[in-house]
Amino acid sequence: MAYKKQGVYLPEFEHDNCGAGFICSLNGERTHDIIHEAIEILIKLEHRGAVSADGRTGDGAGILTDIPHKFFNKACKFKLPDSKEYGVGMVFLPKSINQYKYCIDILEDEIKSQNLEVLGWRDVPVKPQHQGEIAKKTEPKIKQIFVGKNGQELSELEFNAKIYAARKIAEHKIIHSRLKESDKFYIPSLSTTTLIYKGLLIPEDIRNYYTDLSDPDFITRLALVHQRFSTNTSPSWDLAQPFRFMCHNGEINTLRGNVSRMRAREELMQSDIFGDDIKRLFPVILEGKSDSASMDMVIEMLLMTGRSLPEVMMMMVPEAWEKDTTMPDNKKAFYEYNSCIMEPWDGPASVPFTDGNFIGALLDRNGLRPSRYTVTKTGYVVMSSEIGVLNIKPENVIRHGRLEPGKMFLVDMNAGKIIEDEEIKQNIVSKKPYRKWLNKHLLPLADVPYTGNKCPVEINTIDLRQRMFGYTMEDIDTIITPMCKTGKEAIGSMGTDTPVAVLSEKPQLLYNYFKQLFAQVTNPPLDGIREEIITDISLAIGEDRNIFNRSPEQCKKLKIQNPVISNDDLDKIRNISHPDFNAVEIPMLYDIKRGLNALERSLDEMVFKTAKAVDDGCNIIILTDRGADKANGPIPALLACSYVHHSLNKLQKRSKFGIVIESAEPREPHHFASLFGYGASAINPYMVNEIIRQKVREGSIAGIESEKAVQNFNKAIGKGILKIMNKIGISTLHSYRASQIFEILGLSSKFSDKYFPHTPTRIEGIGLYEVEREISKRHKKAFFGNEIADNLKLDVGGDYRWRRNGEKHMFNPTTVSKLQQAVRTNNTNSYEVYSRMINEQSESLMTLRGLFEFQNLDPIDIEKVEPWTEIVKRFKTGAMSYGSISKEAHENLAIAMNRIGGKSNSGEGGEDMNRFRKDLNGDSRSSAIKQVASGRFGVSSNYLTNAKEIQIKMAQGAKPGEGGQLPGEKVFPWIAEVRNSTPYVGLISPPPHHDIYSIEDLSQLIFDLKNANRDARINVKLVSEVGVGTIAAGVAKAKADVILISGYDGGTGASPLTSLKHAGLPWELGIAEAQQTLTLNNLRSRIVLECDGQLKTGRDVAIACLLGAEEFGFATAPLVASGCIMMRKCHLNTCPVGIATQDPELRKNFKGTPEHVINFMYFIAEELRQIMAQLGFRTVKEMIGQSQKINTKKATDNYKAAGLDLSAILYQPENYFDNPISNTKKQDHNLKGVLDFKIIQDAHPAIYRKAKMQLEYPITNTDRSVGAIISNELSKIYGDNGLPENTLQINFTGSAGQSFGAFATKGLVLKVVGNTNDYLGKGLSGAKIIIKKPSKADFRADENIIVGNVCFYGATKGEAYINGVAGERFCVRNSGITAVVEGVGDHGCEYMTGGRVVVIGKTGRNFAAGMSGGIAYVYDPDGKFRDGLCNMEMVELEVLDNIDQSDIRTLLEGHSNYTKSEKAEELLGNWEESLKHFVKVIPTDYKKALERLAREQQLITA
Amino acid sequence: MGNITGFKDYDRVDEKYEAVKERLDNYNEFTIALNEEDSRHQGSRCMDCGIPFCHSGCPLGNLIPDFNERVHKNEWKEALDMLHSTNNFPEFTGRLCPAPCEKSCVLGIIDGPVSIENIEKNIVERGFQEGWIVANPPKIRTDKTIAIVGSGPAGLAAAQQLNRAGHTITVFERDDAIGGLLRYGIPNFKLEKEIIDRRLSILEEEGIQFITNANVGVNYSLEKLNEFDAIVLCGGATLRRSLPTKGINAKGVEQAMDFLHSKRNPFLAVRLKAMLFLQKGKMLLL
Repeated sequence: MAYKKQGVYLPEFEHDNCGAGFICSLNGERTHDIIHEAIEILIKLEHRGAVSADGRTGDGAGILTDIPHKFFNKACKFKLPDSKEYGVGMVFLPKSINQYKYCIDILEDEIKSQNLEVLGWRDVPVKPQHQGEIAKKTEPKIKQIFVGKNGQELSELEFNAKIYAARKIAEHKIIHSRLKESDKFYIPSLSTTTLIYKGLLIPEDIRNYYTDLSDPDFITRLALVHQRFSTNTSPSWDLAQPFRFMCHNGEINTLRGNVSRMRAREELMQSDIFGDDIKRLFPVILEGKSDSASMDMVIEMLLMTGRSLPEVMMMMVPEAWEKDTTMPDNKKAFYEYNSCIMEPWDGPASVPFTDGNFIGALLDRNGLRPSRYTVTKTGYVVMSSEIGVLNIKPENVIRHGRLEPGKMFLVDMNAGKIIEDEEIKQNIVSKKPYRKWLNKHLLPLADVPYTGNKCPVEINTIDLRQRMFGYTMEDIDTIITPMCKTGKEAIGSMGTDTPVAVLSEKPQLLYNYFKQLFAQVTNPPLDGIREEIITDISLAIGEDRNIFNRSPEQCKKLKIQNPVISNDDLDKIRNISHPDFNAVEIPMLYDIKRGLNALERSLDEMVFKTAKAVDDGCNIIILTDRGADKANGPIPALLACSYVHHSLNKLQKRSKFGIVIESAEPREPHHFASLFGYGASAINPYMVNEIIRQKVREGSIAGIESEKAVQNFNKAIGKGILKIMNKIGISTLHSYRASQIFEILGLSSKFSDKYFPHTPTRIEGIGLYEVEREISKRHKKAFFGNEIADNLKLDVGGDYRWRRNGEKHMFNPTTVSKLQQAVRTNNTNSYEVYSRMINEQSESLMTLRGLFEFQNLDPIDIEKVEPWTEIVKRFKTGAMSYGSISKEAHENLAIAMNRIGGKSNSGEGGEDMNRFRKDLNGDSRSSAIKQVASGRFGVSSNYLTNAKEIQIKMAQGAKPGEGGQLPGEKVFPWIAEVRNSTPYVGLISPPPHHDIYSIEDLSQLIFDLKNANRDARINVKLVSEVGVGTIAAGVAKAKADVILISGYDGGTGASPLTSLKHAGLPWELGIAEAQQTLTLNNLRSRIVLECDGQLKTGRDVAIACLLGAEEFGFATAPLVASGCIMMRKCHLNTCPVGIATQDPELRKNFKGTPEHVINFMYFIAEELRQIMAQLGFRTVKEMIGQSQKINTKKATDNYKAAGLDLSAILYQPENYFDNPISNTKKQDHNLKGVLDFKIIQDAHPAIYRKAKMQLEYPITNTDRSVGAIISNELSKIYGDNGLPENTLQINFTGSAGQSFGAFATKGLVLKVVGNTNDYLGKGLSGAKIIIKKPSKADFRADENIIVGNVCFYGATKGEAYINGVAGERFCVRNSGITAVVEGVGDHGCEYMTGGRVVVIGKTGRNFAAGMSGGIAYVYDPDGKFRDGLCNMEMVELEVLDNIDQSDIRTLLEGHSNYTKSEKAEELLGNWEESLKHFVKVIPTDYKKALERLAREQQLITA
Repeated sequence: MGNITGFKDYDRVDEKYEAVKERLDNYNEFTIALNEEDSRHQGSRCMDCGIPFCHSGCPLGNLIPDFNERVHKNEWKEALDMLHSTNNFPEFTGRLCPAPCEKSCVLGIIDGPVSIENIEKNIVERGFQEGWIVANPPKIRTDKTIAIVGSGPAGLAAAQQLNRAGHTITVFERDDAIGGLLRYGIPNFKLEKEIIDRRLSILEEEGIQFITNANVGVNYSLEKLNEFDAIVLCGGATLRRSLPTKGINAKGVEQAMDFLHSKRNPFLAVRLKAMLFLQKGKMLLL
């Protein structure tokens, strides 16, 4: 049972990820061994699961099999009909006898009312000792029910439909029964074909717990297995997988939208099978279930529509068809048709599925989960998240494959054969004339003729209307203008230090109360720029129809390519005359004189009018705020849109129309994203259009036509929306729409329950009354306050740059100068003035912590408080890369922190090796914390070896869910050197870590890094958002040592402006949620909790500590102490004080000294000591998590802040003090069994005496990160130099586990005869890696997969020879290795910045996306590569010159030599001919940079 | 920001002075204005700081980065609007202000600060030249009357703002001409008196009434003053501060405030050979 909502913890934000697999017999042979093999798969995947604090309770595991008829005939005391003539249900029941009976009665009743027969019940024997303590608490009573046809003639579909209806209705009845233990009632499976045994167990306990599974008569053709890794330790029995038709590895990001739209569809559902009963099946998706469970329930329903399981899967998880130029047209048409019926269930997902007749698996369009399969000569198909889980002899293998993005793998159990993706899909897509239907019915907006109408004329002047809608000059200059000019969103830097909307005295637009959610850890953010082929922002508007029908009418929709539409486009929709479409306009206006009442009434009227219009046959509703004037105030578009959307949903009319917004309000990407997120289908920002036209006319937007400028703006918004979707891992606007992926900060739950239901709001805040006040404030200002000549037409703004009359900023002229004065003169008085100003400012409503005050004082003598020198050991400076700030500033922080025993952070840009040695004066410039971010710049064995702490940056406060980019002109030679890249070649940090798509991946990276440096703590950096507590719990189970929770307001070198403000939350909420969730699950003791994000004073630190933090990071403030004057120009390389610049002239202006930083830390610590003395704490340790010492301040004067309720932040869970509330012990990283230790013992002569050696070992998939510990030992001794080449060769046989050869350093040769899993050669640091097909295997190497996904991620040096095909993202972010491979999946050489890659087999799509350096040679005999598989955004294709030719030849000879590759030998054997087919891929910038470097070299030598 | 490297590309350039021999025979202003291009370059030196210390250092809160940017972009009219939004008489401050903005300019940390005061003057002079600065009388009159006592810069600014809000304004000045210290305190070479007159005629056109030689409480009774709905006292700071030093009362030592105000002020009438000013610690030798 999940924990209840409490404090700032909300249970709906739990996530799960997992290991999954299946095994089946192609010959249809039923055996008992399959069960054991299947469970063996799970056991070998155990490192992908998680265990709770009790050490025994798994997050859930299970197995799905055929119904074992023979076994049941034996085990049942009653007579069973023939196989398939009866259904078996696995039933979880309450334990208390009366409630148990109650449930049984209801289920039996419903079965009978479907005119079926209950054949009998069977107690499922279990051994309760084989489960953990936590599992035991919620263990249900488990029985099996057998259901017969009751003498009826029923087809399989009919029989199953009746069983389904009975189960569904019984479920609803019991859920609504208010039975105390109703949540214990659950039916894992009830079917005529399949049966599921599952529970809150670890894999090996499944067969121990369920003794049935050990009965030799229990035989099956297939077994689907799954084990779960939930981020939270409150998993429950019913959420263990598999579900009835599928299991799922990954996460459905769009769940909320999918669920709400599924509910809307129910109103239209009609079915002959169910007749009137259908209404009793609703809701199809039960509330409060996991994403996977919900998906399963929809699959189940769709199967009842007569669609086959593969077709249902194609409909719910479509391929990325939108931009695929190579896809057959009938398939494209199928997908397009189905997109009119159902939006994609989008998210990283590998979905094994089965209905007993088909078993298969499907991978989502991004291909973010690994799925490998093997087909054997003995007739078995084994599929799982990893290869090597079963011991299959190489000579028994017919084929090794992997599931490719968007592709399906299917076995027809009855026919006993594998059906290839193309064959299945062609079969399905050619069943109906989808293209013909689309041509006839789907109407592209572009095909509707323009009306030629004049744009509506407003009576009031544009200036006045701008004021009414709250425009400022800053909006126009900083937000709108750059978008018009460049088609891109403007960039800014440093964090935001203005108050959150609810604390601001300036009237705020409603959008500002909504914070975008973003992906971290449990699912990856996406890269919509480099992986554009996966994305789509088109939408179709119109009414939905009965999902049971596959009729042509389903696609009567209006298709819009970019749903940010121009005035002309809107006019087309407004006046559309087409039999299928009918648009009605509904004003978003209210009588402003009458204030709140009028607003409330107008909103209700809008709903009423919409409902009426829909009843009258209208299917497009245009909500418009045109016509707002002196008497009529504008209703916030977001409020109107969401209210209409939700109300009509309740009225069961929502699926009959689309919403179009015509509003003057939206101007930033965030505004548009919010509107789409709450149900809009198209938006016309008419005021922005008007402003742009005016500015172009006046010449202040110069050099561009107004039409083009408007187009650019719309394009920029489209891109911005894409970026916001990508942050949470969603690829299509179709699924983003109405998904409400936001958290509200500062609106009351009364208000949000009514107008924004299902959006979390945790600290209360304003309601409709205050919203109305904000509107009328703007309205008054527009109409009454501004008629004095020479006043500015618009407010100047001041959000992004300080202005006297603008928004308040924490760092302002006075605080900056006081702080600098204090640290420069070591003047306590100045510091006190500074800290008083910051603390008071914040109390006067700038931050949440400002609303707190200390209570329960218990003063002690300050002498008794631990000295400042102890306290500062808990202090850190923030992660700022060398590259974003100058050498001087970077080293200054390091020296200062090393002197006082604190820690500085390298940031993601690597670090100069010279800094690892101490300076002559005893100072150290080495950053104690080395960061590992998605770009992996400079991350090598030696770099990691020299860390005291290694930080994995999952997200950054200023721009969570986004990547970064260092443009070529800023990659100076000295920066390139430490980043292992080429000078003047741009560098991209992708939004996701390509080796972390889920929690078990993070667990793997933590393991890798721990191997790379056993002495370093592993720190995982998260950003505060709702659900961060559950994520933290998952990260704790993934064995991180430190978890950092960052506030949203942290600094940055560059970020899109809207990200600075609208994503992430203040750390107060994040730290509190993490502390509450970790203590709730008794995981707190293993973790050190750290906090950062605009910590500026000792008081800030005290609050963070009382909320649960025990270490503290500072970034902006120490920079200010070093001389930063908050130019906010870090992204322009023009920092005049020499901090955020690489310009040698400007760097000379750097005046900071280590003393300045030390003084700052001293002042903070001393202020903290004073507070500690007041509160009665002698040490920081005593103070951690003592939130009872904080009080939320009495009523504040501000009408907005008055509604806030911060008590949830201070909440202490029940029995809070029973378990540790701060770090008390170390994580057990399970390194004992690592293969490297054995190798080190054997390899002494090589490691310590550099003697040449060869060693041999067997290897399996549980041997992970092999090579990392050896390399760590070598780096300790030899630094970056490693051993001489080829000193230690280690030969392995078998299937290597994940991260084989991670960070392997020079002198090592690691050879595997067999195959490997994902992340091969991650961060390779000089070693040679050889992966060879076993000589006994008789399949062709270039047609079979041999290594997994994401090989050589961030590799810097070394060589690799791969005798087979690699998965997705081969050599992603490679910056220097040379690799030969016989085929690659999609996104090969993505973000590569250096090195050489030779591909002598097939390549997937989107090769070379974001590739800025290095060279790839691709063998392309059929020209397909040239024809569209390569992403040409940044690269050129060239013919080979002589050097290229000899390079390729040398590499292929090496490949042939090391691996005996047939393909290499074939090519070499026919060299002249082979050469003709090689294409050289070289990035344009790289070429230019090489030329520039050559010129510079010439100058030097000349 | 139009030119991100402006501060590196251009040095600070100040106005040059006319050759001494050119200015021997008058007491007029002797600066040579920068040409348009140079002015724009000076504007582009502004770094558009995240925290514009200039804007905070300016007692008026002038929107300095904003008008700098517009000057750089050649949008003089917009720059003028910016300037006028916080400053009624930039032509005075652009000549006379001690420019604390420039002292707080961030660029000043590493280089010559942006020549803000000069840019200000250029903007307003451009405004007059182009005829953009014209009377802007209120569209609606309230029925309120307001008396403003004193016609120095404070009185005039109060008069203009209140008049624009629609009230009916009368300004009282005890001297024989409007302007207070602007007229009788500041020498011509700093501020030619036509500059004041130019602005006064606009104020008059906007409907403000000026009464000179009206010394409230002396030759204009308080009772009469009380007939106004509101009174604004802008008496100024004409009290002199003496130097606490020996011999301050020696013969020939003249207090500046007395002198400037007296009929003997050379910039008003007579011409002297040489003179030493001691004022606010500043010394100016002619």
